[in-house]
Amino acid sequence: MNVRLRNPSRTVQVQGGRSVAKLLNELGLNRETVLVIRNGTLVPGDGFLEDSDEVELRPVISGGAA
Amino acid sequence: MKCRVCRGPAIIDVRRHNANFCVEHFIEQCERQVTKAIDAFSMIAPGERVLVAVSGGKDSLALWDLLHRLGHHAEGLYLGLGIGDYSDDSGVYARNFATARGLVLHEVDLRRDYGYDVPRAAAATRRVPCSACGLSKRHLFDEVARQGNFDVVATGHNLDDEAAVLFGNVLRWQTEYLARQMPVLPAGNGFPRKVKPLVRLSEREMAAYCIVTGIDYQVEECPMAAGNSHLGYKEALNIIEDRSPGTKHDFYFGFLDRAAEAFRQGLEQDATMLGRCRDCGAPTPSDRCAFCRLVERAGGRLPGTDGQGPDAGTDTPVVLGRRERP
Ligand code: SF4
Ligand SMILES: [Zn+2]
Ligand SMILES: [Zn+2]
Repeated sequence: MNVRLRNPSRTVQVQGGRSVAKLLNELGLNRETVLVIRNGTLVPGDGFLEDSDEVELRPVISGGAA
Repeated sequence: MKCRVCRGPAIIDVRRHNANFCVEHFIEQCERQVTKAIDAFSMIAPGERVLVAVSGGKDSLALWDLLHRLGHHAEGLYLGLGIGDYSDDSGVYARNFATARGLVLHEVDLRRDYGYDVPRAAAATRRVPCSACGLSKRHLFDEVARQGNFDVVATGHNLDDEAAVLFGNVLRWQTEYLARQMPVLPAGNGFPRKVKPLVRLSEREMAAYCIVTGIDYQVEECPMAAGNSHLGYKEALNIIEDRSPGTKHDFYFGFLDRAAEAFRQGLEQDATMLGRCRDCGAPTPSDRCAFCRLVERAGGRLPGTDGQGPDAGTDTPVVLGRRERP
């Protein structure tokens, strides 16, 4: 599947379908800090991502201290 | 995963509440959390005029949307900070949001109206950009609120923001800051009331709220934020949260319930009467306010003092590393 990451914006290829939880684990991402989006919809932690899916991992942490 | 309310398919898990929600009930949950915060801390009374500090990011747009949904009279204020493409794009998100909903958006542009911008102010003060930026924001929110007769200024600080600030203050035992870290700052001394209605909602929930309600927001980060300590605190707290959901909430609300009062006790001489800044009229303990001193140091000018600032007339953009846009 194609996985789009942000900040900076880039796309990585991941072979084969897998659960959201497994994908985040493999990419070393804390589930508190990202949302998984497929076709404009949120995919929950136990959701399954197919190999043919286009997925966005959107970071949710902003840095402003003011 | 099933929605806690309707047992339909859930789209998000909120682990600190040990609950999953479908779109409809997640939106309801966000509304309920905002209402709860507003009521618990007497943030906004019925009929009051609210000025929402809008950055174009997820939190401030979600806040504006929620206040509007909940029936509050809320107008937005967007500040053009002059931080390269990031600011230009952020302004577009804020304007599009307001236009689509027929809401009023006020705008102040630091370069156009004051002849300086955040990168220049940071360079002139030799401090981190967030400090000049924060000072400018606070001053201008207050000023626009005063001029527009707003009762209250609302900002999009969420649970993660407040927990991270608390964490930083505790790590350094900044007791004076701890005494003042509240979700509501009452009006007084010429300042409007300041409220943070999103303190019961996490950053992840605010991003999710925008996605499910179709709010298009600035996902890119402010380039000035990279590597600041605030981000480090958030990261540390999220590692703990991942192992023990609810920690951020307990840390922050435990502080408000059981610790904040103790820090406030040493600090009860807050009744110092403030004078007025000789240049802009803002309340200040000195003869000129910190904002007017910043504008001067950054080579800017106050509106109506016809421009001696370097930007008056000619626009000299500060070039920042271009960020890739989708
Ligand atoms: S990250 Fe810092 S400089 Fe950037 S907008 Fe936020 S407070 Fe301002
Ligand atoms: Zn439901
Ligand atoms: Zn002043």
